[in-house]
Amino acid sequence: MHKKLHIRYWASFGLLVLMLILFIIWNINSGSIPISVREILEILFLGGGEETARNIVWEIRLPRILSAVILGGALSVSGFLLQTFFGNPIASPFVLGISSGAKLVVSLVMIFLLGRSMMASSAVLILAAFAGSMISMGLVLLVAKKVKQMSALIISGIMIGYICSAITDFVITFADDSNIVNLHNWSMGSFSGMSWENVRVMAVVVLLSSLIVFLMSKPIGAYQLGEGYAQNMGVNIKVFRVALILLSSILSACVTAFAGPISFVGIAVPHLVKSLLKTAKPLLVIPACFLGGAVFCLFCDLIARTAFAPTELSISSVTAVFGAPVVIYIMIRRKRSAQ
Amino acid sequence: MNEFYVHTEQMTVGYDGKPLIRNIEIRLKRGEILTLIGPNGAGKSTILKSMTRQLKLVGGTVYLGGEQMSRMSGKEVAKKLAVVMTERIRPELMTCEEIVATGRYPYTGTLGILGEKDWEKVHEAMELVHALDFKDRDFTAISDGQRQRILLARAICQEPEIIVLDEPTSFLDIRHKLELLAILKNMVVRKKTAVLMSLHELDLAQKISDHVICVHGDQIEKYGSPEEIFTSEYVHHLYGITTGSYNAAFGCLEMDPPKGKPEVFVIGGNGTGIPVYRKLQRAGIPFAAGILHKNDMDHEVAKVLAAEVIEEEPFSLISEENFQKAKKRMETCSRVICCVDVFGPANEKNRQLMKLAEASGKLEIR
Repeated sequence: MHKKLHIRYWASFGLLVLMLILFIIWNINSGSIPISVREILEILFLGGGEETARNIVWEIRLPRILSAVILGGALSVSGFLLQTFFGNPIASPFVLGISSGAKLVVSLVMIFLLGRSMMASSAVLILAAFAGSMISMGLVLLVAKKVKQMSALIISGIMIGYICSAITDFVITFADDSNIVNLHNWSMGSFSGMSWENVRVMAVVVLLSSLIVFLMSKPIGAYQLGEGYAQNMGVNIKVFRVALILLSSILSACVTAFAGPISFVGIAVPHLVKSLLKTAKPLLVIPACFLGGAVFCLFCDLIARTAFAPTELSISSVTAVFGAPVVIYIMIRRKRSAQ
Repeated sequence: MNEFYVHTEQMTVGYDGKPLIRNIEIRLKRGEILTLIGPNGAGKSTILKSMTRQLKLVGGTVYLGGEQMSRMSGKEVAKKLAVVMTERIRPELMTCEEIVATGRYPYTGTLGILGEKDWEKVHEAMELVHALDFKDRDFTAISDGQRQRILLARAICQEPEIIVLDEPTSFLDIRHKLELLAILKNMVVRKKTAVLMSLHELDLAQKISDHVICVHGDQIEKYGSPEEIFTSEYVHHLYGITTGSYNAAFGCLEMDPPKGKPEVFVIGGNGTGIPVYRKLQRAGIPFAAGILHKNDMDHEVAKVLAAEVIEEEPFSLISEENFQKAKKRMETCSRVICCVDVFGPANEKNRQLMKLAEASGKLEIR
């Protein structure tokens, strides 16, 4: 049995890495100007290739791909943390209104800065998003303290999300500036227009946070048995809960700051990964979630870019198409196993 | 240092700083079982949760192995104290073996990877609770009894010096209740583990505990050996029993007796009467039981179920006075049931009663 499971773990990780490489190449390859695989390899590793193609790869496609990888990973790790924290399989930054809170504060900050003709730096964006995440998270936690029911928590999260989105839309509609068009795109969720500076900042923040999350695998595993048992195993529950909240907020804030709110990745990927690995061990699930999120976002971004080219879809509409059925499936399966 | 492994000083427990039960003084040595009993909502779980630091103490101190528990780190406590709680857990995609393995938590490194030795301990614990057969099954797919055993194995492989269990036998059928307690007893004897638990089953508590604590109202009402605690009077008082009764000798519960003038006279003795008493009680027919020696097992049941019991002192011949009393009572009854088929010098008068009933045509033989 143990041997069999180990083979399954290796195979799963192998599959995820393979898919990641495949989608990276596919993403570089496709677009308004197709670039062949040979050319890609030349451009990436030998510094060769034709000038325009090189510019497209290095300045447009590669930053976009890397941000999809990093942010996709961040989203699903954040989703996994929230699901563990709330003991709720459909908790995620989007569903709980955390992304929307981040979106609201980021747009307020951006409009404020644009009004003074300043550009918001990556750090400012992340800080704004983090502040917004924490506000939403605070509200959700207040509700969670009052009502223990799972559905009530989700509903309140969705409501908080709607309120924040409504205010964001309102603010964006009435802020008159040509730059708002960009803001509008961003508020729908998109990986487009990433700069290398963005990628660098998000890489540092996300990879560092994810590493800390990975190192917390052990207490997270204990927490899966419930607070009481975790406490008995020697987990400092107070510190642990704060750490979990902060890390999941930082991760989702980082996503929202750069790519806007992205739906369903946080729910669908952890679930798919757990089904693939056939375990919920954080030690395996956390890295697999990161890889899986990256693959899922690359796949969705590919569709967003190419399905109706040259028109680009918002990333959330693609992730919803593939993510929502997973959520429905989880609900049905839980209902069945509860009976 | 003192000889007690766990002891509390003036412990006051409650929620949000509001005291619920005050001045709890618990003393427990290794190799002993201490059981908390008391009505629902009395605060048994609150006491256990406070002692395992899941709830903040409102006042007082808990000592574990002579050390103040509040000054110990989570890991230190985890190596000494393991819990089995009532809350049902629904972990996702975890096999029984993995659940048990979480007990090794305090002994593993940063990433929580178990070594060869740890797995050995896991399997030892699973063997102890007879759970090796289903070690690879999903935890949510097994029965309540199996689940409870897995959680106990989890606690065991944590290698604690004390196990705290909150109503470990609830939801279990009698076989699994007995098995679970047998495993506990085994641990206590073999590993000198201390056990602190709450139980709802008084009959089991009476048999397994070395000490019993009765939680009632806002205090520990009584603390002593099972022999001191489990008297009918006290149990009636503790649980506020007004309907039916608790029989301390058998450790069983009896329903209320049928009310009214006896309609049936039951000649019993030697345990033969009990099924008849119960049948009459179910049918709601008031009855008289006689003539029973006070040391007869029928007497224990007749005492609480019969409208009237004609009783004789232990080991003596039935007196003429009691015989006349029984005869009189029998005459007012419309039926007489004789359950006894063995007569000797001590119950010779019962045989005479039977003959009288036969003559009057009221007799039914069981």
